[in-house]
Amino acid sequence: MTPTGSLLIATDLRKAYGPTTALDGAEFSIHPGEVVAVMGPSGSGKSTLLHCLAGIVPPDSGSIIYNGREMATMSDTERSALRRSEFGFVFQFGQLVPELTCVENVALPLRLNGTSRKEAEKTALGWMQRLEVDDLARKRPGEISGGQGQRVAVSRALVTSPRVLFADEPTGALDSLNGERVMELLTEAARSTNAAVVLVTHEARVAAYSDREIVVRDGKSRDMERVV
Amino acid sequence: MSIGHTLLGLLESGPRHGYDLKRAFDEKFGHDRPLHYGQVYSTMSRLLKNGLVEVDGIEAGGGPERKRYAITEAGITDVQRWLATPEKPEPYLQSTLYTKVVLALLTDRNAADILDSQRSEHLRMMRILTDRKRKGDLADQLICDHALFHLEADLRWLELTTARLGKLAEAVAK
Ligand SMILES: Nc1ncnc2c1ncn2[C@@H]1O[C@H](COP(=O)(O)OP(=O)(O)OP(=O)(O)O)[C@@H](O)[C@H]1O
Ligand SMILES: [Mg+2]
Repeated sequence: MTPTGSLLIATDLRKAYGPTTALDGAEFSIHPGEVVAVMGPSGSGKSTLLHCLAGIVPPDSGSIIYNGREMATMSDTERSALRRSEFGFVFQFGQLVPELTCVENVALPLRLNGTSRKEAEKTALGWMQRLEVDDLARKRPGEISGGQGQRVAVSRALVTSPRVLFADEPTGALDSLNGERVMELLTEAARSTNAAVVLVTHEARVAAYSDREIVVRDGKSRDMERVV
Repeated sequence: MSIGHTLLGLLESGPRHGYDLKRAFDEKFGHDRPLHYGQVYSTMSRLLKNGLVEVDGIEAGGGPERKRYAITEAGITDVQRWLATPEKPEPYLQSTLYTKVVLALLTDRNAADILDSQRSEHLRMMRILTDRKRKGDLADQLICDHALFHLEADLRWLELTTARLGKLAEAVAK
């Protein structure tokens, strides 16, 4: 099954950590501009699936095709270039560099890609404005709240205009009001740039911001649109 | 909760007398609300009239509780349709959902699919409410939030029940 127009398609992914089976034939596909929630119990393989899809962890077997190319055939250099320029990441905690100001944090991915400091910080500020945290630009991560930090992290994930945004429990550490605001801003921003969003969450109210959901249980995925 | 469908489902494993049906219902589903005999007879006569059950025999002694009922093909189809149709997501569904799951286990149907299709229906409703909330004023937001929190609780119950289906199957088989 290869849904036409998919940006990222994974079939029959398997991954074991020693005796632990983390993925046991999982499938996934996503279109540009689509927000897909990955749900399921703790330890079911959601993060492992996300790490495989993002080329962070190689699966033991199975296929991952990004933009028409099989990821396994890419070199490490190609895969990390892909992660830097076409993918964005938001995780639950601890992603901001404490020594840098917020705007420097957001500008970092652009700086790593060779953009000048001035240019990078200008683009960074634009994203911080959209995420309503531009007034925190000169503060350091230790001086802002968790919810604000998460918005800064989302700004950083979007600053390169990635084609795929990988978010693993992006609101996991936030209260429901802050969590929902982050989801609102994140999905709005992603839609406006036609980015695909892989959203790992075990919270239904967060998943309700997605277009559709899959459920991972015991390393197997279930496409909930195809439940009889 | 649909008493008619529940009684029909109980008949799927074999014909039963009226009093036996009541006892099975009370034991499995009626802990806090046992059926009255009157409910059993009015329900059974409706099912009889609609061709979903037939009288399979009458014990000596007379009286409606002495009738033995058997489910018909149309009855089985009716139970199947009820089980396969997700409930409209709304708060306080638990007793209906619980009944559906137990009946599915009792009749060797796929209880996990029933839970998953309900889960999917719930999330669909949650998306609609989330969208309404995003576009609405504060009053809309508060009303939608109330519904969303309740649906979320249901959904957590669905997930937990899915995870415990093996244990529930064992308990129900006893
Ligand atoms: N680096 C690793 N080394 C060993 N085992 C791992 C590693 N990463 C994950 N696992 C195991 O693989 C399984 C799946 O883990 P994974 O992190 O994908 O689950 P998850 O669905 O993201 O759970 P959670 O909701 O708790 O984050 C678990 O049993 C976990 O212990
Ligand atoms: Mg995880």
